[in-house]
Formats: sequence, C-alpha cells, structure tokens
Amino acid sequence: MMNLNAVFQYFTNGMDLGTFLQHLTNGISLGSLYALVAIGYTMVYGTLRLINFAHGDVFMMTTYFAFYGVSTFMLPWYVSFILAVILTGALGMLLEKGAYRPLRNAPKISIMISAIGASFLLENLAVVLFGGRPKAFPSVKVLTDSVQFGSVSIQKLTFVIPIVTIIFLFGLLYLLNHTKTGMAMRAVAKDYETAGIMGVNVNLTISQTFAIGSMLAAVGGIMWGLKFPQIAPLMGVMPGLKAFIAAVIGGIGNIKGAVIGGFILGIGEIMIVAFLPSLSGYRDAFAFVFLIVILLFKPTGITGEKIAEKV
Amino acid sequence: MLKIENLNVAYGGIEALKGISIEVEEGKIVTLVGANGAGKSTVLRSIMGLVKPKTGNITYHGKNLLAVKRHDIVKNGITLVPEGRRVFPDMTVLENLKLGAFTRKDQKEIKKDIDWVYTLFSRLKEREWQLAGTLSGGEQQMLAVGRALMSRPKLLMMDEPSLGLAPMIVKDIFNIIREIHSQGMTILLIEQNANAALHIADVGYVIETGLITLKGTGKELLANEDVKKAYLGESVIKLKA
Repeated sequence: MMNLNAVFQYFTNGMDLGTFLQHLTNGISLGSLYALVAIGYTMVYGTLRLINFAHGDVFMMTTYFAFYGVSTFMLPWYVSFILAVILTGALGMLLEKGAYRPLRNAPKISIMISAIGASFLLENLAVVLFGGRPKAFPSVKVLTDSVQFGSVSIQKLTFVIPIVTIIFLFGLLYLLNHTKTGMAMRAVAKDYETAGIMGVNVNLTISQTFAIGSMLAAVGGIMWGLKFPQIAPLMGVMPGLKAFIAAVIGGIGNIKGAVIGGFILGIGEIMIVAFLPSLSGYRDAFAFVFLIVILLFKPTGITGEKIAEKV
Repeated sequence: MLKIENLNVAYGGIEALKGISIEVEEGKIVTLVGANGAGKSTVLRSIMGLVKPKTGNITYHGKNLLAVKRHDIVKNGITLVPEGRRVFPDMTVLENLKLGAFTRKDQKEIKKDIDWVYTLFSRLKEREWQLAGTLSGGEQQMLAVGRALMSRPKLLMMDEPSLGLAPMIVKDIFNIIREIHSQGMTILLIEQNANAALHIADVGYVIETGLITLKGTGKELLANEDVKKAYLGESVIKLKA
C-alpha cells in the first residue's frame, strides 16, 4: 500500500490515494445529481425542442416541498420525500400545461421566452411563499452519517447518491425501451404528428414526459438538499445551469449523453479544485469554459443526437 | 362509408380547399389526382384531424368525424400512410409495426397481424430488428404501409406512396395496394402518378387548386382528353388494369 501510494503521489503532485478516492467519490456523487437533473432537460428538449429554463426552479421547489413535509406536517422523512417527488411531478405537468402547451405551435422563440418567464415566476413565488432567507433542509441521520475507511471517513450519502441515480436511470431506460408509454414517448419525440396518426395521445405523452423529467429532478433535489443542507429560492439556478450544460456536453436529446455529461462535469469540477486549489474560486467557471470548448469542437455534444437521414 | 361535403380549409389566409365534396364507398379504391399544391394532402389531413377545416362536414358511417379527437380517429378504423413515409427512424421495424397497433390491446391478434404484414412484405421480416432509418426508401414505404395495416383499418388512406421511389418499386407498391384491396380494404389514394393510380381505382377525382374539376371511374378519367393532357402525358409506368 505504501509503495502504491508513493507511486500515486509521484503522479499526482503529492496527493495521496485516499484523498484522491475521496475526491473521486465526491465527484461521482455530484455528477450523479447533475445527471438526474440533466435527464429532465434532455427529455423535454428531445420532445419539444425546448430548453426548459424553469427546470432548475422545479428542482428548487422539491426541496421546499420536502422541507415543509417534515417541518410543518411532521411527516416521517421518507413519506415527505416521496410526496415531494410526486408533487414535483405534478408541478412539471402544470408547468407544461400552463406555460408551454398553449404555445406549442408558436415560433420557438415565444416558447423559450415563456420558459424564462416560468423560471422567474417560480423563483419569485418561492420568495413570496417561503421567504428569501435560506432554510435548513431536514437532516436524515441514516443517510448523512459517515463511515470510516481506514484513515478516511466518507459520508454514506456519497454512496447513496450514485446508487439511487443508477436505479432511477435503469428504471427510466426500462420505461422508455420496454413499455408502451415509453414507446409513445420516443415516437412523440421523433414525430408527434405521425405518432398522433398511430393513435398516440400526444398531449398526454408530453405531460408524462414532463412529469418524469421533473420527478427525476426532484430525486436529485432531495439528495442535493441532504448533501448541501441549505435551501433558498435561488438555489436551483446554478445546479440547473450546470445540468443544462451537462446535457449539452453529452449531446442534448440523448439520455445517456446527459448522464455522461453530468458525470464529466461533476468529477471535473471537484478535481479542478482538488488539484489546483488556487483555482477554487473558478469552480463554477469550469462548467462554462468546458461548455464553450465542447461547442467549439463538437457542437452536437459527445454522443451527438442522431440526425435521421432523410431518404 | 366516408363522406366529405363542402370542405373548406385555409392555411393562414390561403385557401387550400375551396369547398370540395368526395364520397368513398365501402370496398372501393378511390383516388384523388392532381398537381402539386392542388390540395390533395389537405383532404387526408382534414380526415385525420391534423388540420381544422373552416367549414364543411366529414362523416364516417354517419358519424361526425370532425368531433373525434385526433388520437381516436384510428380507433374508428381510419388510418393514414403519410406522405414521405414518416417511419420512426431510430426504432426497429418491429417497434414501428407495434406502434401501428398502439391503440389495440389484443396481444395475440397483434402477433398474428405482424405475421400477416410479414407475409405481405417478406423483406420486412428479414429486417425485423433493423432500425427503420437504415432501410431503403422502398422498404420504408412497405413499413409505412405495414404499420398502417397494424391498426386493422377499414379505410386505408395513402398519401403519395410512390413518391421518390424507383419505377420497379412503384410497381410493387401498386401491386400490394391491389392485394390489400382484394382482401376487402377500402382505400383512399392520393397520387401524382395519375396513370398508375387511375388504373387501379374504381373512382377517381381530379382536384385543381382546391376544387374538384372532374369525377368519374378510373377508366373514364384515363380516357378523358383533359386528364390525358394534364396528368398522363409523360408517365412511364404502365400497369395492366
């Protein structure tokens, strides 16, 4: 172990293996959160060709739902979390119905402006309803405890987050590829007019897409709240932006791409700070610089949405 | 079976259909021929509920079709093979066929119908697991027809099934239309290839800038001088009636 560590330190500028692994697990769990939120962006984009700017704010709303469930309604944390996820799904559907559906046949710019408006609405609504002062997210001892690995102690949450993410990801892929609802979603995403001819209820399917995307963001939001237990009305902006960047980096419209993008961004962000502590002030800038580089050299993202050949 | 009366459709300020009436009788092949932009596709799109007519009626077995929701039209036994095939490119052939049967729940019968489509189009069977986007144009057209058949329609509407296909394949497609028709399907066919369409049609309508200018049996229209001049002049495909 000593030797391995020495070799490792030689390559990593003095960082020992334990610390590195700690950073890596941190990066993976942050990346998982970005991935969960990014999936929502990519699903909505795939279906409506719309960047749902309110997605980050939907993510924020979840944390408040969970907060009030535990603090005001005195629900056990798991009940409150499940309710928060369901409520967020409903919020996503409401958002689609109120802000996007009436504009479905309008020029793309109108629906984009509507998305920005919806984002501001949710943020300010949160300020009015919940107050602008940050609140403490309920802590769940079972999840936030630390476990000891030799010399390093790691929060259980660091493992829970990627595991939960992977479970939901496989659930989503199963839904999309092996169920009728999923088939309808893929069909609507590709060509909603033809899907309608086949008898697919297009409005319902788009609603379901929003519900699922929002619920995944909700799961991400709750785990975000557990990891960084301070919630505020504007807390969704930065994670939302970064998840959006993750979706673009991975290739927007592609779910696997969103996940890959999320992990790259999460790990990259943590590693930059770990290896170049002097740049830690630029932590958030990393995502944006990376986005610019990707857009310059591979504008369709890493996986690149398949563009159907027109035969 | 299907009756269109005084249908008037406008896109923005432009009138695509200026009050046309068409009747499709059960068991017949009815065709609409006409030039690009005459309004042929608009007729089919109105029937499917994809465009909202300004005025006019569409009734199907006496039922007002304009009041039926878009996704319920197929449940009434009407389906459309859209122009340009519109198969789902990143789904397999099999998935495309299953989508055609989206509103049906009788799994056993769906399986049987998939086999039936494969007997009609043996090429699709060979390519069952291939992504539809990788098929040739002709194969995609076969898939589009097969997908439409999967809903077990009583009225099959086809929008330019020969568009962009090689003459050999066009011939195949028309043979298949006849084959399907001989199994009892009512067909409403739109074609720029007027010659081929009129050869297989029982009834034909000539549509010009949103108006029906001629109606007759396929044979009558084929013999009509005006039709010959306007639509049959240079056709290279000869089909025996």
